[in-house]
Amino acid sequence: MNRFAALLDRLAYEPRRLGKLALLAAYFRETPDPDRGWALAALTGELSFKHLKPAMIRALVVERCDEKLFALSYDFVGDLAETVALIWESEPSRANAALSLSDIVEGVEATAKKDLPALIALWLDRLDENGRWALLKLITGALRIGVSARLARQALAHLGSASVEDIEDVWHAASPPYTDVFAWIEGKGPRPQSGAVRFHPPMLSHAWEERDEALAPEDFAAEWKWDGIRVQAAAARDAHGRAHARLYSRTGDDISKSFPDLVEAFAFDAVLDGELLIRRQGRIESFNTLQQRLNRKSVTAKTISEFPAYICVYDILSENGRDLRTLSFQERRTILEDFAAAHADAPIGLSPLIAFKAWEDLQAARADPAHYAGDSAFDAVEGVMIKRWASPYLAGRPKGHWWKWKRDPHTVDAVLLYAQRGHGKRSSFYSDYTFGVWRDDAEELVPVGKAYFGFTDEELIQIDKFVRHHTQSRFGPVREVTHAPDEGLVFEVAFEGLQRSSRHKSGVAMRFPRIARIRWDKAPRDADRLSALTALLRET
Amino acid sequence: MRLTDLLTPRPEGLYCPPADAFIDPVRPVDRAIITHGHADHARAGHACVLATPETLAIMAVRYGRDFCGRAQALAYGEALRIGDVEIVLRPAGHVLGSAQVALTQGGVRAAVSGDYKRQPDPTCAPFEPIACDLFVTEATFALPVFRHPPAETEIATLLRSRDLFPDRAHLVGAYALGKAQRVIALFRQAGYDAPIYLHGALEALTALYERCGVALGDVRPVMQADKTALAGAIALCPPSAVQTPWARRFPDPITAFASGWMRIRARARQRGVELPLVISDHADWPDLQRTILETGAPEVWITHGEADALAHWCESAGVRARALHLVGYDDEGEQSDAAA
Ligand SMILES: [Zn+2]
Ligand SMILES: [Zn+2]
Repeated sequence: MNRFAALLDRLAYEPRRLGKLALLAAYFRETPDPDRGWALAALTGELSFKHLKPAMIRALVVERCDEKLFALSYDFVGDLAETVALIWESEPSRANAALSLSDIVEGVEATAKKDLPALIALWLDRLDENGRWALLKLITGALRIGVSARLARQALAHLGSASVEDIEDVWHAASPPYTDVFAWIEGKGPRPQSGAVRFHPPMLSHAWEERDEALAPEDFAAEWKWDGIRVQAAAARDAHGRAHARLYSRTGDDISKSFPDLVEAFAFDAVLDGELLIRRQGRIESFNTLQQRLNRKSVTAKTISEFPAYICVYDILSENGRDLRTLSFQERRTILEDFAAAHADAPIGLSPLIAFKAWEDLQAARADPAHYAGDSAFDAVEGVMIKRWASPYLAGRPKGHWWKWKRDPHTVDAVLLYAQRGHGKRSSFYSDYTFGVWRDDAEELVPVGKAYFGFTDEELIQIDKFVRHHTQSRFGPVREVTHAPDEGLVFEVAFEGLQRSSRHKSGVAMRFPRIARIRWDKAPRDADRLSALTALLRET
Repeated sequence: MRLTDLLTPRPEGLYCPPADAFIDPVRPVDRAIITHGHADHARAGHACVLATPETLAIMAVRYGRDFCGRAQALAYGEALRIGDVEIVLRPAGHVLGSAQVALTQGGVRAAVSGDYKRQPDPTCAPFEPIACDLFVTEATFALPVFRHPPAETEIATLLRSRDLFPDRAHLVGAYALGKAQRVIALFRQAGYDAPIYLHGALEALTALYERCGVALGDVRPVMQADKTALAGAIALCPPSAVQTPWARRFPDPITAFASGWMRIRARARQRGVELPLVISDHADWPDLQRTILETGAPEVWITHGEADALAHWCESAGVRARALHLVGYDDEGEQSDAAA
């Protein structure tokens, strides 16, 4: 456990990809089976302890610590595992280095549910602070240390002569603790059975710049840039005729479990590149709606019917076992169009091309997608993609093939009303902000949107401090921030567009809002009024 | 007499009516008593300033000789009467010259501790508990998650990293006043006697420490070092300089940050710190509790920091507590010192 804890600790502080790779490879090289396999499973999200819930950990700690002090500490730290690891008082003399990762996996397996709390408490007593943190991260399944499944497999490739592609091939048929995979990579065993489907690293784009307008428009295709989640849908039959289907994130994490409604409908043999979105009654919903589904802890039938998932496909990488990636975008597009027509009943649709002659046409489309894309997709468009007709499908971010051209933002000066704690490495900061503008007819601020990015790390620290020093009231993780005419914080908020909304008190909802600047120089009384926004509505 | 006749919170800061003096006021006033030189406690522009000779010297370095109308030095342990009030300064163990202010009138005593710590610090006089009726405390690290390890073990961690990566520079972010000099002194205590390089913003205060008799060994400005000398070297800079072009002169640097906040991973990661060093000049949770009990004060006022948690603990320990939520005091002087 000490070795695994040290690995997690060092990964958490290693910002560089190459540094993370080196740490992982060294760990896999130096750690015996089955510990390293359990670690690999934990890092790639393949290990879960279903009876160990955060609520149980919380109950354990409040047995030993004042409940209010624990709550205040948790509020400050923002991460349950870390709060408990820091607050837990153990006697260092009892610390025991002999507790291995396998002891923990097997120990949990062999223990009845009712006896688990006592077992965890015993382990927490025996571990040092770092070990406690690693144990709690492990059992609550919240490692979040910036290691994707693909990165972990790349580290495996460093152990021997197998390529990442080879490892991807066998990966999905293997199971923890992967002793056969390790043996094969290190040249001590046969190649394990291949999986039927695997992840293909995606092709990424560059930001479009003014100088790119010197390129000849006829060499390029354009399509909408969707504001969803980039995914890869892969399905195939194995040698025994069994069907396999997977949904991957753009980093190669297997997210099939979160979207059973999609994966069950993958009745094809192909690898597709596209955007995961929510579609209701033919209308593609905004990212906010998708976010609501992502926020649900478990995927129930109700979640699925309320937030039906849909993939807007824009590329095809292979079909019926044939690798299409060396073909041009134009050739792949033809194949994709045929594919989409043949699978019209699946929750999959073709991302339409935007017809254009000159770059100005695209600029117009980009500025007003409602007009060009039609109302049904307005919410989910955040710009346009420009793709060279002649480009093959290349992994990574090759220059000169794909570009993204985002919409120009509008701005408004708004007042911070509520702040909520963030997630991941921002979990100890108030980093999600609800802001508002003044009503036209009354001295009252109405919320118009929420934003959680656009500021620098230094600015986040300053805003967080402001929030903590100007809290009016608290509800759970949310703080109401002082917002009087002379006291409060003004943000210049940039956003891509505006729509009428009956759900918001203000009657409008912003698309893609972010903090453009913090106006320390302005008082709330200087912020904009609602009419500044409603004027924009009339423009469109 | 009542405690509030001796000491009362005002928007400018804590006010002592019988002496007509403010302690660490955040706005210019006629008479200020300054606990220590951190920029959020010691501001320029007061008519008259009373502080330890070291604190006055620090303020002169920061703001220039004319930082106030009249400066009056009071050494630790000496008594000064203003009206009916007796004023005595006692060491707070926070930074060089840092003092607690003891105010006594008619047999009632209030002690305003400013910022303080109980861990040993080779660069300043150790904290002395003051028996009092009212103890005024900070609460920067007043949560049970804050238990600072001995600073020596954190320094040992950095020296181990230096042995492991002998060709990389170790860039340590440390506040310009107090933390930087304490870290240098700790390296020297650990037997590290190679040159330690300083960012320009740390030079003047480090020179002042040496003039005050704090031995820091061979310290040199980074500006004068050539790149080959910086390989494998230890350099100190204000925390904000770690992510600036200034840091590019170092060969493949490992960035460290010496602060009590480094106890929380998210805070360290958020700042892009690779080597967090939990070295704090503020009391941790156990030391805050120990100190409050040692003063024997039946009432505690909490100026800034995690006041709710400390007040909650005080009540459970039978001590009356009041959270003042004074505005204007930066926890560990992050912004102000970074700018200095
Ligand atoms: Zn201070
Ligand atoms: Zn302070």
